[in-house]
Amino acid sequence: MDITVKDLGAGVAVLQLDGRLNMVTASCLRDHVGSAVASGQNRIAVDLAGIDFIDSSGLGALINGLKTARQAGGDLRIAAPNDQVKLVLQLTNMERLLTAYDSAETAFIDG
Amino acid sequence: MVVLDQTTATDRRDIARSFLIRLLIVVTVIVGVNYIAWRLFFSINWDAWWVALPLVLAETYSLIDVSLYGLTMWRSRPRDAPAAAPRGLTVDVFITTYNEPVELVIRTARAALDIRYPHSTWILDDGKREEMRDAAEAAGLGYITRSDDWKNRPLHAKAGNLNNALMATSGEFLLILDADQIPLPEILDNTLGYFDDPLIALVQTPQVFGNVDDKDALGSQAPLFYGPIQQGKDGWNAAFFCGSNAILRREALMQLGIVRYVREVERAVLKALKGAAGVLREARRTEGAADAAVDAALGKVSAAIAATRAAIAAGEPLGSATYQLQRQITQVSRGLVADDLKLMARDIQAIDALRMETDGDWDALIDVDQNVDTLASRDLSPLGALTSVQVLLRSIDVDRADEAQPLMPLATISVTEDMATSMRLHGMGWKSAYHHETLAIGLAPDDLGTALKQRLRWAQGTMQVLLRENPLIQRGMSLAQRLMYFSTMWSYLSGFAAIAYFAAPIIFLVFGVLPVNTTAFEFFLRFLPFIVASQVLFAVTGRGIATWRGQQYSLALFPVWIRACTTAVANVYFQRPLDFVVTEKTRQGGAKWNLIRLQIIVAVILAIAAVIGIVRLILGFGEPVGTIVNVVWVVFDLIILSVLFPAARYSGYQSEESSH
Repeated sequence: MDITVKDLGAGVAVLQLDGRLNMVTASCLRDHVGSAVASGQNRIAVDLAGIDFIDSSGLGALINGLKTARQAGGDLRIAAPNDQVKLVLQLTNMERLLTAYDSAETAFIDG
Repeated sequence: MVVLDQTTATDRRDIARSFLIRLLIVVTVIVGVNYIAWRLFFSINWDAWWVALPLVLAETYSLIDVSLYGLTMWRSRPRDAPAAAPRGLTVDVFITTYNEPVELVIRTARAALDIRYPHSTWILDDGKREEMRDAAEAAGLGYITRSDDWKNRPLHAKAGNLNNALMATSGEFLLILDADQIPLPEILDNTLGYFDDPLIALVQTPQVFGNVDDKDALGSQAPLFYGPIQQGKDGWNAAFFCGSNAILRREALMQLGIVRYVREVERAVLKALKGAAGVLREARRTEGAADAAVDAALGKVSAAIAATRAAIAAGEPLGSATYQLQRQITQVSRGLVADDLKLMARDIQAIDALRMETDGDWDALIDVDQNVDTLASRDLSPLGALTSVQVLLRSIDVDRADEAQPLMPLATISVTEDMATSMRLHGMGWKSAYHHETLAIGLAPDDLGTALKQRLRWAQGTMQVLLRENPLIQRGMSLAQRLMYFSTMWSYLSGFAAIAYFAAPIIFLVFGVLPVNTTAFEFFLRFLPFIVASQVLFAVTGRGIATWRGQQYSLALFPVWIRACTTAVANVYFQRPLDFVVTEKTRQGGAKWNLIRLQIIVAVILAIAAVIGIVRLILGFGEPVGTIVNVVWVVFDLIILSVLFPAARYSGYQSEESSH
């Protein structure tokens, strides 16, 4: 999995993921969220458009990222999941927790 | 063709055996119900209800126990060998340790390195010992200790240790080993094949001990459990996870962690919002609310909380709902002048103190309940109320700040995290398998004191699970799966039945009070078939394993089982730590009679009662048949208790070589 970080300014960062978010790549996402928050970008939008597979460890990394961002006074939001990802979010009841925004760029448009 | 014929013959034998066992189970339950129904409705001596009722309850307990055992044996049979282990799976081997000697852990870890299937080996050191780290590095092993996140947060013992390691590793499968369980090289080759079935989450293998002689004075080996019983549970897809020598699928654990996390966050958020609304309502009624600015602030927050509750009820995700609420409350707080903030400081301190009181053994959810209750009961100033609401909401925010990590895949509701976790996995539709082959060899406790502590811990943990997540009312499991878990919990209630079984003959022999109102003939007509059928059932299903020792221990250790029940109730309902009851100090060397003091007293009273009964008979007060029956009963009780005498005198394992 590849991660591209885009700085949208005003403390908002977009993490564009590409590939499989699973038990092997979960720690990579965790590290990226950690370093973004450490550098002052505590509002993280995770762009899942390029993710074709996610497992529970991948979801775990999102939850860990949410915790990291929240504790820094920010938030973590997810955007553009494909159907497999949506199904996993549904099966684990994660959709009760996280809203899936249409686009990562506009996920923080309301603040 | 010859081979085919042989197979058919074996199959036929299996079918015949299975039929015989089922017939035996049905017969046992029928004669058991026949006996107990007669006892309940036709033979209670109501004049002596104080002994008659406890006795008949104990007998009913035993009938239910045997019936659950029968249900377990209904489908008990060895599994076929699994497929060969597929290549290319990634496996992490976890060796959990807290305070075991470094050499012992390293010995296990070296054996783990020699496991043939490719894997990574990790030592999970909850003791954070420098010498352990050095030894692990020298041996080329992974070394994991708790991250800083665990500071000042509940540690959750072994479950916490494993949960911490899950976040630090990435293998698809996990082999979990206690520090003293030395694995054989083929442990993964022989078990990974089960996971070809994508729904299998857990494969448990037996726990056997190498430092126990044939007599096994402390009853350490559990051949009936790691054999017919686990195979029986497996028949109903309910083989338990037993903490060590088991292989788990990471995906199943992580999914469990996620689902539980979402559920617990939802519960905690709703509870906190409700509590916060209550605190604010109270605050607005008090005098300080007369200040217009303060009242306006409280009003705004109240409205925001009400709106959030409505939004969540309407399906808005918790993440965005709580985020908006936090921001609104922060804005309101910022609008208040600095003077007011001073007023708040006092309350903030009180709240912080409250959070510090949090006991390490508590569950996160109990904390929330506690916080809500305490805040509601405190006299807070209106501003204090606002701040406390804010603190309260933050403490249960979706980040689960009261826990070291949001995901706790291994259940933290019990000191037996293994049983609780497998029950939740089964509840989510995952399957388990019991693989009946010794693939690791461990070390059993060397003295009675340690053995008793271990049994107490298991019993306490099991009762915690029963009280916190009663399997009978858990969704997602089949009725048989629920009963398989309940059966093990039920067996730990035997201490109460034991008291009745010890007391009844004493009361008859000393005072001549008979709890059963009947003739000897009628009694034996109904009692004998039940006791005989039960014993035959145990003997047949035990497949040559001595089941008698287990029956002895289940009654003889009655003080342990009763203490487990009372401490678990005190822990679950009154937040007392489990080890609140001070455990007996074990003396070094010599027989440990002090550990079985109660049982010795009971044995002496039983013997005296027998003498008194016989004297009464000779003097002409006693009733002959009743006296004979009760003296036989006393002898039976003494035989039961006799299992403890070699146990108390046991001075550790002497291997063949060292005894020269």
